Amino acid sequence: MFEGWDAVALARAQFAFTMSFHIVFPAFTIGLASYLAVLEALWLWTGREVFINLFNYWLKIFAVVFGMGVVSGIVMSYQFGTNWSAFSDKTGPVIGPLMAYEVLTAFFLEAGFLGVMLFGLERVGHRLHFVATLMVAIGTLISAFWILSANSWMQTPAGYALNADGQFVAADWLKVIFNPSFPYRLVHMVLAAYLTTALVVGAVGAFHLLRNQNLAGPRVMFSMAMWMATLVAPIQIIAGDQHGLNTLEHQPVKIMAMEGHYESHSDGAPLILFGWPNQSAGKVDYAVEVPKLGSLILKHSLDAPLAGLDTVPRKDWPPVPITFWSFRIMVGMGFLMLGLGLLSLLMRVRGTLYEQRLLHGFAVAMGPAGFIAVLAGWITTETGRQPFTVYGLLRTAESASPLAAPAVGSSLVAFVIVYFAVFAAGIIYILRLMAAPPHPGEQGPSHDVPTRTAGITPAAGVTSAAGITSAAGAAATEGAVR
Amino acid sequence: MMAVDIATIWAFIIAFAVFVYVVMDGFDLGLGILFPLFPAKADRDVIMNSVAPVWDGNETWLVLGGGGMMAAFPLAYAVLMPALYTPMIAMLIGLIFRGVAFEFRWRTTQSKRNRWDIAFAGGSWLATLAQGIALGAVLQGIHVEGRHYAGGWWDWLTPFSLLTGLALVVGYALLGATWLVLKTEGELRDKAYGLSWSLLFAMLGSIGAVSIATPFLHIQYAQRWFAWPNVILTAPVPIAVAAVTILLLRSLAKRQDSQPFFLSLALFVLSYAGLGISMYPYIVPQSITIWQAASPENSQIFMLFGVAVLVPLILGYTAWAYWVFRGKVRPESGYH
Repeated sequence: MFEGWDAVALARAQFAFTMSFHIVFPAFTIGLASYLAVLEALWLWTGREVFINLFNYWLKIFAVVFGMGVVSGIVMSYQFGTNWSAFSDKTGPVIGPLMAYEVLTAFFLEAGFLGVMLFGLERVGHRLHFVATLMVAIGTLISAFWILSANSWMQTPAGYALNADGQFVAADWLKVIFNPSFPYRLVHMVLAAYLTTALVVGAVGAFHLLRNQNLAGPRVMFSMAMWMATLVAPIQIIAGDQHGLNTLEHQPVKIMAMEGHYESHSDGAPLILFGWPNQSAGKVDYAVEVPKLGSLILKHSLDAPLAGLDTVPRKDWPPVPITFWSFRIMVGMGFLMLGLGLLSLLMRVRGTLYEQRLLHGFAVAMGPAGFIAVLAGWITTETGRQPFTVYGLLRTAESASPLAAPAVGSSLVAFVIVYFAVFAAGIIYILRLMAAPPHPGEQGPSHDVPTRTAGITPAAGVTSAAGITSAAGAAATEGAVR
Repeated sequence: MMAVDIATIWAFIIAFAVFVYVVMDGFDLGLGILFPLFPAKADRDVIMNSVAPVWDGNETWLVLGGGGMMAAFPLAYAVLMPALYTPMIAMLIGLIFRGVAFEFRWRTTQSKRNRWDIAFAGGSWLATLAQGIALGAVLQGIHVEGRHYAGGWWDWLTPFSLLTGLALVVGYALLGATWLVLKTEGELRDKAYGLSWSLLFAMLGSIGAVSIATPFLHIQYAQRWFAWPNVILTAPVPIAVAAVTILLLRSLAKRQDSQPFFLSLALFVLSYAGLGISMYPYIVPQSITIWQAASPENSQIFMLFGVAVLVPLILGYTAWAYWVFRGKVRPESGYH
């Protein structure tokens, strides 16, 4: 099997596959860990039971997602060596320490306090438990800091020198860490993680509101999630625009690919809305375009000249069709999120946030939108960097391990089978947990034994029905549900 | 001279990270290896709950070993990983199955629960065998040309690497059994005592077999261990193994719950020290030394600051997490 295949292409497929699966989990856990910290803080502050119910409800989901993130992440940390050994040898002195710091400052922090967060509420007391939750949340953010620094260095390398062995070495660590695209990418990704989580939380809240508008838990989580969408979606669009301008400055070829600008425009470039990039012909077929708008967005001037891929040697072209379309999918999702945020704000102002079934349906449909946007965004930025692993300096073809295609192909097949089997099961378990509404007296993972049969099996209907009536009562007494 | 010192310090740091991984994930992999011998659901719940709060931290040391090696010895990482390609992929897949089982087995419906129990046991076996085989493959030597691995993708598979694979299964199982002695009560503990006896003898046999086979791999290993004056430094290792064994047998006979686990760890310390004696100063035996593989000094120093401050902190809060969940695990007070 795989005799005669291109080993580098197989290694790329494997990295893309394992990375795409992995990124979904941290994108969710970064946001969810912060959300859990907020819920626990609100519970400690206000003493309202609904917050601890929501905390325990999402904690069970967090435990499943986090486990999947850990195991798929271990794969990533070894894949640099197994499939990209030349890359590891050459860039190890620079990005290796960044990843080592990620392990030391983030992974251990998360893992060390996770056990207490999941199972220790009764053992350590409320305040110390909150510290544990906070440490896990901070750990996820520190992790994002380092890994995005490493990734950004591959996109916009800075502060480096080359040694006699052909390795990149650090000349200035601050310039390595705070390389030109890093601040933009960090903001864009962390906001993306928060939005992704907000959309999932909002979708689960909306799903239960569609069944019963009086449940306290779903009302609170839906309201909180819609606030996030309302506030963060516009900020994210601005952050994305700024990130794009930074990319134009440091990786102009990636912007050409994202925009489908095969041709240079001396007198204002159009914005190509849609079309089919034809890589061999070097033009966009069936293009629907707005004249001069491209220059307006990228250069903030209608007539500014913009260079196209015709100024770049063909061997340095990224795969334009993928970059072009994944970018459009991401942007489309971003505007749908903005729409959801604005619509929810309108309904909130009108006082019908919990009654508008159309809004709830929209929110349910938008549940996966964050994941789609994150994946599309990553595909945009990673394919836009091609054909380099370190932009402009180290080619992808020169980064791979000296492995025969059958070795890489077999492991790819193994990962595909295992990931679909294992993570599909995990997603089903998560959806099952989400399908039951949070109820008063919700227990975290630590006290699942007595309530295990409730909430995860169809037989849970009985207990859920009981839960709904008391939840409605709780909602009535709560009154102040936002 | 400065560079020499830092590379040596880093060799010890990586060795320390890998060792902490081996002792910490070793016992929870060992629990997975022993899982088929504990078919009762109640026992399995207790076994899982005895490590559920800490397994994730245990595996983080593996990430530090891999990530730290890429950072401190990128050439060794770049040569070893392709050389160990198949065992590494197998290990990663094994760790996936057993890692998700910790949560999944509580989330599935009763009738299907067994599926994740099989994943937990099978994944633990696979990951352990793969780690042991990888160790054997490194010891027997790796074909290097220039800065690349130059062998095939089945080179790792030899009788010696299979021996080390099985030896590690036995060793982790011993750690798992003595962990159960430490953390459980009643019939479960009685059974763990019985297993500890058999596994201790199997472990001693494994240590003996690997120790006898290793000097035949390379003349350098034999010289390192048996040539004068090295023998002054190497002879205490087998003597210490004998002493720890006697203490371990006594603690098993007297049924002192708290001791067998730590004495088994001591056996691991000694075996690991023996490995270090065989390998040093090579990081890829007989071809790449720690100095040849070392990152530039400024990379190693940059990380040294982090390690010096953070590792003690990490050990501190990890110890706290173990302390929070100390004592015997009782079926009714399950974390899950």
